[in-house]
Amino acid sequence: MPGFTLAEKIVARASGREGVRAGDVVTCRLDLAMIHDSGGPRRVAPILERLGAGVWDPARVVLVNDHFAPGFDAESAAILHGSRRWAKANGIAAFYDMRGICHVVVPEHGHLRPGMFAIGGDSHSPTGGAFGCLMFGVGATDMACALATGDTWLRTPETMVVEIDGALPLGVCAKDVMLTLCRRLGMDGAGYRVVEYRGSAIEAMDMQERMTLCNMAAELGGLSGIVPADETTWRYLDRFGHPRPDDLARLRSDADAEIAEIVRLGPSEIGPQVAAPHSPENTSAVDTFAGVAFDVAYIGACTGAKLVDLQMAASVLKGRSVASSVRLLVAPASQRTIEMAAADGTLAILTAAGATLLPSGCGACAGYGAGVLAEGEVCLSSTARNFRGRMGDKTSAVYLGSPYTVAASAIVGTIADPREFLKG
Amino acid sequence: MDTIEGTARCFGDSVDTDMLAPGLYMKAPMAELAKHCLEALDEEFAASVKPGDVVIAGRGFGIGSSREQAAQALLHLGIRAVVARSFGGIFYRNAFNNGLMALQSAEAVELFETGDRVSLDPRTGCLTNLSRSRGCVCAPVPPNLLEIARAGGLVPYVKARLGEPRQESQNA
Ligand code: SF4
Repeated sequence: MPGFTLAEKIVARASGREGVRAGDVVTCRLDLAMIHDSGGPRRVAPILERLGAGVWDPARVVLVNDHFAPGFDAESAAILHGSRRWAKANGIAAFYDMRGICHVVVPEHGHLRPGMFAIGGDSHSPTGGAFGCLMFGVGATDMACALATGDTWLRTPETMVVEIDGALPLGVCAKDVMLTLCRRLGMDGAGYRVVEYRGSAIEAMDMQERMTLCNMAAELGGLSGIVPADETTWRYLDRFGHPRPDDLARLRSDADAEIAEIVRLGPSEIGPQVAAPHSPENTSAVDTFAGVAFDVAYIGACTGAKLVDLQMAASVLKGRSVASSVRLLVAPASQRTIEMAAADGTLAILTAAGATLLPSGCGACAGYGAGVLAEGEVCLSSTARNFRGRMGDKTSAVYLGSPYTVAASAIVGTIADPREFLKG
Repeated sequence: MDTIEGTARCFGDSVDTDMLAPGLYMKAPMAELAKHCLEALDEEFAASVKPGDVVIAGRGFGIGSSREQAAQALLHLGIRAVVARSFGGIFYRNAFNNGLMALQSAEAVELFETGDRVSLDPRTGCLTNLSRSRGCVCAPVPPNLLEIARAGGLVPYVKARLGEPRQESQNA
């Protein structure tokens, strides 16, 4: 009998069974449920009412006000307000009001631990997989029912492995890895599987880069992404005082587990990548788009505005300035990101180069808040998706790139290779 | 889960959740949001769609966001079933949870053109092009989702599980 994948082990534990296999439909107890202002209280409260149920365990629920934060008109303010009232009425202690984007705020505050089974009311919930959890996104009805019962059904996913051995070249990062995979595999390339990332290039990544990998497993159509816990994970978690478990075998796939597909990428085949409108799978090497003009350079989102993302941008922008034809908008992923980027000088580099700082939150990434695009405008963005009309008007267009690429292109005024700016 | 009959509304690959429920209208009530459903692909879609029409699409229907409004907007416009080559994982669950049938078929998209008359039996998956006298059978719906669909969606299904009397009507 073959061994088990990490995903199978987590599902088995959460469903109270032994030896769950991919394909088995099971009901899993939740270790954590994360919701935000957009898909959260305003959507789940009426469903809980129809169910005549409350929240099964407020201590296992995290609520984040990020999508419409900060309020920019009466309606968005009302959505945030309703969220606050719901948190209070339901005794949700882990309520983060305008502290940043949910996928970044939740691990920042120590809510995720390896081996957890968690759901989020957002499609980028796979981000949590960076911490060795199985975390995936659900819609509001699934979430409301899960909040009422404390469990949810799941068809146990297959696992596919993405393996990268070797060191990523200078100016190339997790975002480029994911765009490369979007091109190679397509937006349903992971077809409901869990994408498990392995290899020395992954082991060398810090937690934030791993979050980017898992975040964009959503763009591959995966149920989730996962990076098995290692020393880097434990070192990150130590600050929260979580004890390190003795039984580490349950937190990684067995060597003889059944893997549906293995995708190997050589680090040298991953250069800076850009995805053309209107899909992340329209990706090619950055040179393909050299000279393409744009109006807005956006460094934002859970995908592309964590501290390391801002540092990547700053490494390119240091001592340089943004072209006069371009607006560079920076919306750091969380309040804590702002604090750290202020402390280490990153923010000063960005603003000196001409960046406009926007509040932490989803903002223009979801086409909701500050920085949205006007009719016909073009944006080069560090976010995860560039669907038609996503960042504003339906005639606007979005290219995707890494924070390095967005920063370098902002200097030139047209899409440009960041490696030119990182030499010596 | 009676037979659905209407006009085929055909789309290609990767119809995403921002096309189904555009971010710009996410604060608006459903009646307003639904007017913009799929407008990026077909300006006239919301205005011209009729109850019973069936959306037929390629791979990756509903990829993207977890927003349930993507399924609800279609339901609001009278669409009760989508047939696609493959679906975004979250959309697929959202569809059944809200009472929208999501059926998989690799061939359907080749057999229909927008405007063809279509008949779909969601129980058997039989999909017929009445205008061109041809058809196919969709992949069977997994048993647990059929149960949810039979209950009228996830809320009545879970309500029954929670021991409440079952009195929910189909996607009211
Ligand atoms: S920043 Fe963008 S991708 Fe991330 S949760 Fe917000 S809307 Fe979604």
